[in-house]
Amino acid sequence: MPATLSLTSSPRALNTETWLQRLIVAGGLCFLLAALLMPLLTMLVKSLQNAAGEFAGLSNFIEYFSNPALTRSILNSLNIAFWTTVIVVSTAFVFAYALTRSGMVAKRGFRLLSMLPLFAPSLLPALSMIYLFGNQGILRDWLPVDSIYGPVGIVMGLSFWAFPHALMILITAFSNSDARLYEAARSMKTPSWRVFLTVTLPSVRYGLINTIFVIFTLTITDFGVAKVIGGQYNVLATDIYKQVVGQQNFQMGAVVSVILLLPALISFAVERRVQRQQSAQLSSRAVPMTPQKSPLRDALLALFCALVCGFLLLVIGMAVYASFITFWPYNMALSFNNYRFDMMDGGGWASYFNSLQMSAWTAFIGTAIVFLIAYMSEKIKPMPLARRLLQLLAMLPMAVPGIVLGLAYIFFFNHPQNPFNAIYGTMFILVLNTLVHFYTVCHLTAVTSLKQIDSEFEAVSASLKVPFYTTLRRVTLPLALPSVLDISVYLFVNAMTTVSAVVFLYSSETTLASVAVMHMDEAGDIAPAAAMAVLLMLTSLVAKGLHWLISHQILQRTQRWRQR
Amino acid sequence: MTLSLNKTLLAAALALTATATQAATELTVYTALEADQLKAYAKAFESANPDVKIRWVRDSTGIITARLLAEKENPQADAILGVAATSLLVLKNQQMLEPYKPNGVETLSTQFVDKDEVPSWVGMNAWVASICYNRIEAEKHGLPMPTSWQDLTKPVYQGHLVMPNPNSSGTGYLDVSSWLQTFGEEGGWAFMDSLHQNIDRYTHSGSKPCKMAAAGETPIGISFAYRGAKLINKGAPIDLGFPSEGLGWDMEAAAIVKGTAKLAAARKLMDWAVTREANTLYNDNFAVVAMPGVAKPVPNYPADIADRMIDNDFEWAATNRARILKEWQQRYDGKSEAKN
Repeated sequence: MPATLSLTSSPRALNTETWLQRLIVAGGLCFLLAALLMPLLTMLVKSLQNAAGEFAGLSNFIEYFSNPALTRSILNSLNIAFWTTVIVVSTAFVFAYALTRSGMVAKRGFRLLSMLPLFAPSLLPALSMIYLFGNQGILRDWLPVDSIYGPVGIVMGLSFWAFPHALMILITAFSNSDARLYEAARSMKTPSWRVFLTVTLPSVRYGLINTIFVIFTLTITDFGVAKVIGGQYNVLATDIYKQVVGQQNFQMGAVVSVILLLPALISFAVERRVQRQQSAQLSSRAVPMTPQKSPLRDALLALFCALVCGFLLLVIGMAVYASFITFWPYNMALSFNNYRFDMMDGGGWASYFNSLQMSAWTAFIGTAIVFLIAYMSEKIKPMPLARRLLQLLAMLPMAVPGIVLGLAYIFFFNHPQNPFNAIYGTMFILVLNTLVHFYTVCHLTAVTSLKQIDSEFEAVSASLKVPFYTTLRRVTLPLALPSVLDISVYLFVNAMTTVSAVVFLYSSETTLASVAVMHMDEAGDIAPAAAMAVLLMLTSLVAKGLHWLISHQILQRTQRWRQR
Repeated sequence: MTLSLNKTLLAAALALTATATQAATELTVYTALEADQLKAYAKAFESANPDVKIRWVRDSTGIITARLLAEKENPQADAILGVAATSLLVLKNQQMLEPYKPNGVETLSTQFVDKDEVPSWVGMNAWVASICYNRIEAEKHGLPMPTSWQDLTKPVYQGHLVMPNPNSSGTGYLDVSSWLQTFGEEGGWAFMDSLHQNIDRYTHSGSKPCKMAAAGETPIGISFAYRGAKLINKGAPIDLGFPSEGLGWDMEAAAIVKGTAKLAAARKLMDWAVTREANTLYNDNFAVVAMPGVAKPVPNYPADIADRMIDNDFEWAATNRARILKEWQQRYDGKSEAKN
């Protein structure tokens, strides 16, 4: 009776499998609840307590809003975010247009150069600004304002750092255009400015709105640049640091964190809405557009791109050069003195190796967790509600500024009643925090690549009674390997360069290089700080180079099916 | 079977950790001293006490104090060595220190020891306010060397001064509290009001103003003598100024954290901190140390620096710390540079 046999055995086999799936979904849910939601809620509670830990209602908020020195930072932060967004989005818009729609030369080169800031810690452009436009800066006389220390410096530093983020989204937006519309416009002899207004602009409008909100969120929550070059110009993120580190006023730190969370959450919500509408925009019959040559326009665009890339290279080059100067500006001889980190604050060379270790762990463990959770939320059937919640939680980290997450982690993990208390002060809490901080982009990357893989694979496997983990290992994972590698290098680079989230969480054994950059600058050792920032950028670039080599190899072996 | 194996393993592991603890107690010590000083101090202490090993947790004064307060409910430190006395007084007021009378504490100047019968902290050395003056940049702007604090309020210095923010920097706070003590509460704030007109910016750390002066980013930095002396040795074109009204100062101090499981080892550290040997080591970097008669002159410091220090009331500075910092913040912080 083979038929009955299989009937009795298959539900049990399915059961074990379903239970395993449920277990993983529940595990993923617990992970995001414990590592993201509960720390944030603890912080929210803390903002309503007094120093003794008793419930104090809104009195902290009232105290905050009655102190003009503090509330001024809200306007400052908005001001910085506004100007940076205007500059970055308009520059990146033209740049992306040039890369996708023009017949400009050297597109590949421009594109590669424009991505360089992604590999630098955000402190690097700020340190460069000091050497370029500081009181002893080489371009001091070019500065139209009195001092680089303040809003001008912050906006310049942030523009450098945020540029590739805007560019990436806009390039995607420009790439998804339908050539048929342009053909129609041409056949109707529409003037080119009108084509731009009625065809080009509407086709990228969602991408544009999205970019504006992403850049606004990035810049309003930034900590590193404002910390180094802000001078007396206080912004919300540096206020949190000052309240906690300078005045040991954790309640007020929590209050400012809650306030900083608001604009980020709003722009996050708007961005989600926009994203949902955008997916329906491109029909399957669209024809990809091939850029036309137009000598004058192309030459002007190439000049523009060259200027932008020149600025990016100037900023990086300045930091590299300054890191080799013995004693700026009185002894301009070149030396390696600034790389003797053991003579400086911040933990010395040990910090660098800690950073390497932390980044490697984050890339390794993080990629596994991200991929598993993304797989569970996309490819399996049980527990629909839990999976929905999982997806929602996975999107939240994008709206949480690093410094807020870091502070939330102190409140949550250093509580004596927390069973996970033991991880406080260890490498593990840094890995966990960094993973959660950069979770959303990784999750989206994994989900996008999983969506491309037909769910028939799972259906077929199930009907062949192959357990889901075998399908995952033998089919899904190899197919999604390029994005898995993307996720791991993204995590590695960000773990190397992040400052804001980990600044409250390192211990003496786990000092990090990026935090050391900040501490060396704080102590006035600007050249060694620049040296460490350069080292971090170099390491990230090497990691990216390795990633390129490996994925090139693997792509050739496993992705041949794509090139049919 | 597996269970008993697990138990045996567990027992073995426990035995291992037990012997490891017996071999050397690892003492977690929070500090704000400079990185290069720590090696010498740990080496001297550990050779005198081979059964204890120091694990340093180092950061600037503000951060270490914040950290200790944050960990109040669940202390991670066993002891503190080399953190500002005003910070330790804040901890003492929060009942976070374990009082202990180190052997030989009576050999120290009374000024350097907590006034209680069983002291909660003992001082190590003083660090003293001073002005770092960049000769080259000052000449460019035509700025004379200031000889008094009041000099700094003259209009000629406008935009050329940098000082540490007292909210984050121990040096910044000792400046502010010393001005309030020297000029009186009202006179002190009036002095700072006019000083504020000349300040280019307030930095996070106490070393930074001097390092900025050394790098020519500012002509004059209000900082402390140790940093200035070090930078002169490195070849920076700066001179140190010691204003005539008297110099604010704070001291590096040591204490035991209440609730430590390693009390015996922590007491050994306190005993060592008051020895002549330790005080001789402090003197390598600081001109004024807790034990009288030990200090030899340090290069680039004036010989009579101890006489120029004000009669600092630490209790007053600690109990009024929160109030003063808040007042300071309301008056000067968040005001963006007037020039912009």
